Amino acid sequence: MDTRRAPRAVIDPKVRKVGFFAPPELSQPGLPDPIPLPSSSLSPVMIPPPRHSSENLLHHARPLAPTVPGASSVSIEGSVVAGGSYGSSSELFPAPMSPASPSYSSSRFVGGGDGDYCLNGAAVASPGRGGGKAATSFPRGGFESPAAKASSVPASGLTTVSVVNDSSLGIRGREKADNGGGSALEAKDQATNSKQKKDKTTKAERRALQEAQRAAKAAAKAEGNKASGTVTSGTAKPAKAIKPPHKVDNSSVAASEKKGCDRPPEKDRKKDVPQPRMQYDDESRVEKAKRRAVVKQTEARNRVELFRHLPQYEHGSLLPDLEAKFFQLDTVHPAVYKAGLQYLSGNISGSNARCIAMLQAFQDAIRDYRVPPEKTFVRDLTAKISSYVSFLIECRPLCISMGNAIKFLKTRIAKLPLTLSESESKASLHSDIERFINEKIILADKVIVKHAVTKIRDGDVLLTYGLSSAVEMILLHAHKLGKQFRVIIVDSRPQLRGKILLRRLVEKGLSCTYTQINALSYIMHEVTRVFLGASSVLSNGTVYSGVGTACVAMIAHSFRVPVLVCCEAYKFSERVQLDSICSNELGDPEVISKVLGREDVNYLDGWANTENLQLLNLIYDATPSDYISMIVTDYGMVPPTSVPVIVREYRREQLWI
Amino acid sequence: MADPKISAYYQTRMAHFGAVTNDWLAQAQSASVITTTPPPPSPPPTAATLSDPSHQKPSFSVIDEFNRWRKQPDLAEAVAAIRALAAVIRSSMATTMMQLEIELKSASDSLKSWDTTSISLTAACDLFMRYVTRTAALEYEDFNSAKSRLIERADKFGEISYTARKVIAMLSQDFIFNGCTILVHGFSRVVLEVLKLAAQNKKLFRVLCTEGRPDRTGLRLSNELAKLDVPVKLVIDSAVAYTMDEVDMVFVGADGVVESGGIINMMGTYQIAMVAKSMSKPVYVAAESYKFARLYPLDQKDLAPALRPVDFGVPIPSKVEVECSARDYTPPQYLTLLFTDLGVLTPSVVSDELIQLYL
Repeated sequence: MDTRRAPRAVIDPKVRKVGFFAPPELSQPGLPDPIPLPSSSLSPVMIPPPRHSSENLLHHARPLAPTVPGASSVSIEGSVVAGGSYGSSSELFPAPMSPASPSYSSSRFVGGGDGDYCLNGAAVASPGRGGGKAATSFPRGGFESPAAKASSVPASGLTTVSVVNDSSLGIRGREKADNGGGSALEAKDQATNSKQKKDKTTKAERRALQEAQRAAKAAAKAEGNKASGTVTSGTAKPAKAIKPPHKVDNSSVAASEKKGCDRPPEKDRKKDVPQPRMQYDDESRVEKAKRRAVVKQTEARNRVELFRHLPQYEHGSLLPDLEAKFFQLDTVHPAVYKAGLQYLSGNISGSNARCIAMLQAFQDAIRDYRVPPEKTFVRDLTAKISSYVSFLIECRPLCISMGNAIKFLKTRIAKLPLTLSESESKASLHSDIERFINEKIILADKVIVKHAVTKIRDGDVLLTYGLSSAVEMILLHAHKLGKQFRVIIVDSRPQLRGKILLRRLVEKGLSCTYTQINALSYIMHEVTRVFLGASSVLSNGTVYSGVGTACVAMIAHSFRVPVLVCCEAYKFSERVQLDSICSNELGDPEVISKVLGREDVNYLDGWANTENLQLLNLIYDATPSDYISMIVTDYGMVPPTSVPVIVREYRREQLWI
Repeated sequence: MADPKISAYYQTRMAHFGAVTNDWLAQAQSASVITTTPPPPSPPPTAATLSDPSHQKPSFSVIDEFNRWRKQPDLAEAVAAIRALAAVIRSSMATTMMQLEIELKSASDSLKSWDTTSISLTAACDLFMRYVTRTAALEYEDFNSAKSRLIERADKFGEISYTARKVIAMLSQDFIFNGCTILVHGFSRVVLEVLKLAAQNKKLFRVLCTEGRPDRTGLRLSNELAKLDVPVKLVIDSAVAYTMDEVDMVFVGADGVVESGGIINMMGTYQIAMVAKSMSKPVYVAAESYKFARLYPLDQKDLAPALRPVDFGVPIPSKVEVECSARDYTPPQYLTLLFTDLGVLTPSVVSDELIQLYL
């Protein structure tokens, strides 16, 4: 991991300066401070650099601050280096297209401020050039983007959500407000400057810009000399070289993009590229989201640095709060509200269950929906669904299967023929949802069971981890067929979901062994097959599942035990993810500090007051495809390399319904 | 000599390519029909005969047709099956598409049951069914034109399969360079075709041929290669690792290509592929596309067993068990490339092709 910590340098300003201006102030080299925009001395005349969508180029940043940790360059959309770089540091930018920029140290500013740009998929992080490329899955929080990472960026148009975030914005920055603001500015810049950029509401942009500037100014004051020069130049298009000290901060750029568009993160307006997800490092963005939020949550204290880009709120206060407001919240349909509460309290968990609950709540909501006067059915309903989804996200972030289901629902809504009356449309949507649940989940599970039981022989010792609905069905069905086998259930704190599976299996008469995950290497030598469930499978064959799955798969692989992953095809995603950090979910850290039933284990009481102690409760992790032998889906048994094939073949419109 | 313990597939191969005797050589050179071979096991009562009452010609049996095609040693069994199935369509007296499909299905089932251990036979039958009945236009045309369409597709499929070997040979020429040393295992007619074409193109290469016990098919192959004036060296199976240093590439055929991209081939292939991989030598597989099967073995024991007796030359005490399996499974990570009539593919593409076909 050492390569990741290579220091980063200043991010380039993106906008070229024209006219008369004093040479930009340079902060002392070696100062790991955010480099101020040369825009401090920028003249009002600034011409945005031409953007070439076809090039993923690295911007060379000014070598103001040599290596700034956390600065990572992200894809340069071929835009010319902004700002004073021309004048003063032209040697640094041999050409906008210069590949292996030697100066890894110079922080590269992502030209990808243009969220759209990246969203087009054209701006995936520059293909592995030397020196801070935007890696697809840059871990936020202090890791440098290694060149190696960069080269791992697929050249394909596939971008993960996180990639888009990173690459497009490529601002790795601390969540310092000024940086955020600055990058927002920059992003705005890029956005406006890019030729590729799609049209955004300029008004919203300007407002976002203003807000970012205000925030930046405030932060600049607070930061003192950290931000040298005025972070926010007076001009509308400041070029800001942001030198994120530690963290990656795409969020700001993404945030600013978002501000412009005001789209909820998961919505996928562009068909080809998924939207960037909201990053929670940026305070301005978070504030804005809070203002819009239905649910008021307080952010947790003592957050782990590495995971600051993920939302984490204080648990425990929200549920009673929402329960009390049940009858007052009229923006949210009661069925959706109920589903949200069930997610929040943990009553419904598991991606299939959550997806079904959400879809059924939507069915009720659609049934009760009436078109307001002077509004069209399709648009208004879509907006309503979007607001419901935002509410659900605030209760608990979506899982990928839910995202796919929402995409499906929105496609169906959009495809409704205009000639249908309101009640007919609603009936059609109702039956569509019904069909989706039936075909993609229930029947798919039956097919999976049918395929997977052929792989269970008499005398097998099967190992499973956690609670997966598909695996449970397989084991019960195999037992019903009379196969002789025994099951080892591996479980882990804090959720201890394996106990539920254990109870269900023992009830039906299977012989089971139960153990915790720390005993895994001890029992693995007896195991003949491993069956795992998945929350999703990504396009590079990576399995995204409950935390601990990766461990089980890796140990099984080292013992040469075949690993079978059982996953319905609707959970497959076009995303590509290389690690578990760039996109995950954080759970309540309190449950880690307590052990149920053991009051005497109270060493961690009051952990939140300790300055240098942070608790981390991850919900998901990513298992690389090398450790997976086979994926059992409703389309048969496939190797992990065939997942993009299935995504391609079955995401075609006519088949997806 | 219908020994139920012996896979009929391997009996056939043994009959065709097994131990090299003088008699056999002489006869092999003359006629295409080998009279001294034991007769193939009598086909079990098949559904084909059951479906006959619907025909006007009760004497047509797909198995007979199949056997007729199969007698030519150059013809792959699967191609014979395809030709037989095409003949079923041609001679069918059905008047509706459904009836025709049912006939085809029963014929295919009877062929498959003739030898359940042959992967390429099963795969070819399945693929034939998918390929031929895949046209959506079949539903809209009148029966006769639809039937002739089916016959067209069936013949085309037969042609493709028959010429598959030639296509594969052409594709692999680029990979054989002058002065290279090729290690070959087992007697595969496809690989022989590849080497034949290379020799004809005046490439200079030499071949290391494993003995291939217990079939000793390597002897037959070395015979064939000697006829082509290709320098051949026989190595016993245990000497593969010893000679792997001087080898540039390994060429094998396949009994079947499975969904993971791995291959099922004669016993010993897995070993050779493992040694080759550990010494960084490429392993090339030459397989026709009708051998792509919808199997997914997880380990060696996950295959349907195919046994053949091993003759040690001396009687074995009855208490001693003998591992009789005739084939093994080579996982895809040990294979470099697959030469098929669809092109030069990596192992992961097999699943892609199968998904598209079975869409």
